[in-house]
Amino acid sequence: MALQKTTNSFSVQELIQKKKEKKSSNLQVERIIPFLLLVTAIVSVLTTLGIVLTLFAETITFFTKVPIQEFLTAQKWYPFSETQGSFGILPLVAGTLKVSIIAAFVAVPIGLASAIFLSEYASDRTRRIIKPILEVLAGIPTIVYGFFALTFVTPLLREMIPSLEIFNALSPGIVIGIMITPMIASLSEDAMSSVPNSMREGALALGSTKFEVAIKVVLPAAISGIIASIVLAISRAIGETMIVAVAGGSTPNLSWDVTSSIQTMTAYIVQVSQGDAGYGTTIYYSIYAVGFTLFLFTLGMNLLAQFISRRFREEY
Amino acid sequence: MKLINHTKVLKHMKPRIISNVFFRLLFMAATIFGLLVLGILLYRVITQGIGYLDLQFLQNIPSRKPEQAGVKTAFIGTIWLMGVVAPVTLLLGVGTAIYLEEYAKKSRFTRFIQVNISNLAGVPSIVFGLLGLTVFVRALALGTSVLAAGLTMSLLVLPIIIVASQEAIKAVPKELREASYGMGATKWQTILHVVLPAAIPGILTGGILALSRAIGETAPLVVLGLPLFLAFLPKSVFDMFTVLPMQIYNWTGRPQEEFQGVAAAGIIVLLTMLIIMNSIAVFIRNKFQKRY
Repeated sequence: MALQKTTNSFSVQELIQKKKEKKSSNLQVERIIPFLLLVTAIVSVLTTLGIVLTLFAETITFFTKVPIQEFLTAQKWYPFSETQGSFGILPLVAGTLKVSIIAAFVAVPIGLASAIFLSEYASDRTRRIIKPILEVLAGIPTIVYGFFALTFVTPLLREMIPSLEIFNALSPGIVIGIMITPMIASLSEDAMSSVPNSMREGALALGSTKFEVAIKVVLPAAISGIIASIVLAISRAIGETMIVAVAGGSTPNLSWDVTSSIQTMTAYIVQVSQGDAGYGTTIYYSIYAVGFTLFLFTLGMNLLAQFISRRFREEY
Repeated sequence: MKLINHTKVLKHMKPRIISNVFFRLLFMAATIFGLLVLGILLYRVITQGIGYLDLQFLQNIPSRKPEQAGVKTAFIGTIWLMGVVAPVTLLLGVGTAIYLEEYAKKSRFTRFIQVNISNLAGVPSIVFGLLGLTVFVRALALGTSVLAAGLTMSLLVLPIIIVASQEAIKAVPKELREASYGMGATKWQTILHVVLPAAIPGILTGGILALSRAIGETAPLVVLGLPLFLAFLPKSVFDMFTVLPMQIYNWTGRPQEEFQGVAAAGIIVLLTMLIIMNSIAVFIRNKFQKRY
């Protein structure tokens, strides 16, 4: 009698059955979903694993063709020469460091000064206007900065320094510095803003000027965050590709001359990728060895930044 | 008896006050310098490129003659790239964020995933290109297709959307979740119908920022071997294609002066796209973000 099925009448038993089915299907969903989500979370781990394994495997292949001692100690990087090919990473590392150091010289003072201004001097309104503009500066594609370096900064510098070559280390270095300035400004400002106001007020009450408060109280209190932001920004400069590929040239050399053409690790990878070095050639594998070196550099810098911000953090 | 010697105080204070004013101006000048550079950059690009920018520029395919060159293939290619990157990053990014914020226990493994994500954000983009070249272009034999480039770019911008989504989910107050549980909802029902709708503005903002990073990147695509010069349009995700930054890179590298103007016109198109996307992100953030 309970199993009658008409459109208008319903049985309680059937309803209970339905409810049970729904509940068990709900339970199944509840069980499957965390698993599916875990799979998506694993993708990011797999990416890291993929990067490390890919670079490592192809670099090992490269070292079967070129001895590791030559790669680490040889003073010349002539990969395209058939007879006298030489694979010494040092000139590429020198190019990268040169550009990064110039960038740091531009970005650290300007970025820190902006951070101090925004955090200590600017009114709330000014800060709300300027910070998004600085973020726009950070969001401009690097190829646009490359274009800017080649067509504006280089000609400008050549008027001041006539001996400057068209492709050089100075111009991309300065432009990379401009690119990473907002990063230092923004991250350092965050660190300085988190210094409690009571410390500022204490110093002001003792008769300090605002400048003394900024330099002698806020800066030391926020130093871990500030240094971490600088290290992160330099790591970004080391990995920057398009600006140096466009404006840096393609002549790897070991000198400290900033006016002549250079090649960075990233620019070399770009150069090879654009040419037609066949799959399986020594040159093909060399981009992985260079990429692995680059990866180790930036990873080291990032770990250092994390270590500094954790180890030297002052808790208030 | 006078405890404070007025002239002495003035003598000591003066240099301190002067240096305060001086450094205030210096710090302000440094901040203005950043804004000034942005201004010069935009002014240069617009004055150089505006002459080449017309309807023809958007409709023409790349050409050897500067006055006939256009961005049609690159522009459409960028849209195709967004078509792959947007769904993939949204799915993976939001999934990861929900897992980390709602399901993961505070274990060593969870911490490892979190540290891994922040380290992944610091890997240079060109290294992602090497990963994509080995895995997608060669091992999976996708070639220099939309799919290969899209997947590479998705992995590159994944940390951005994960972090943004995590922040958005974290900001949803506990009371909302508890009210939902109190009504008899299960965990997944609560996430799907309560947490995600509340977090969606933050997630979308992060998603748009990730997408705008993806369409501005050049280096990984150069490594994948995307053509710098392409005269036809892709018909499916398995076809060859090129994107705006690649086309701009190609024009910037040419020796003729005119092509710099063409490159600048291409930059205007790219920047316009980015500005529109960022405005949408800001609009969503201001309009829909609730403060609890």
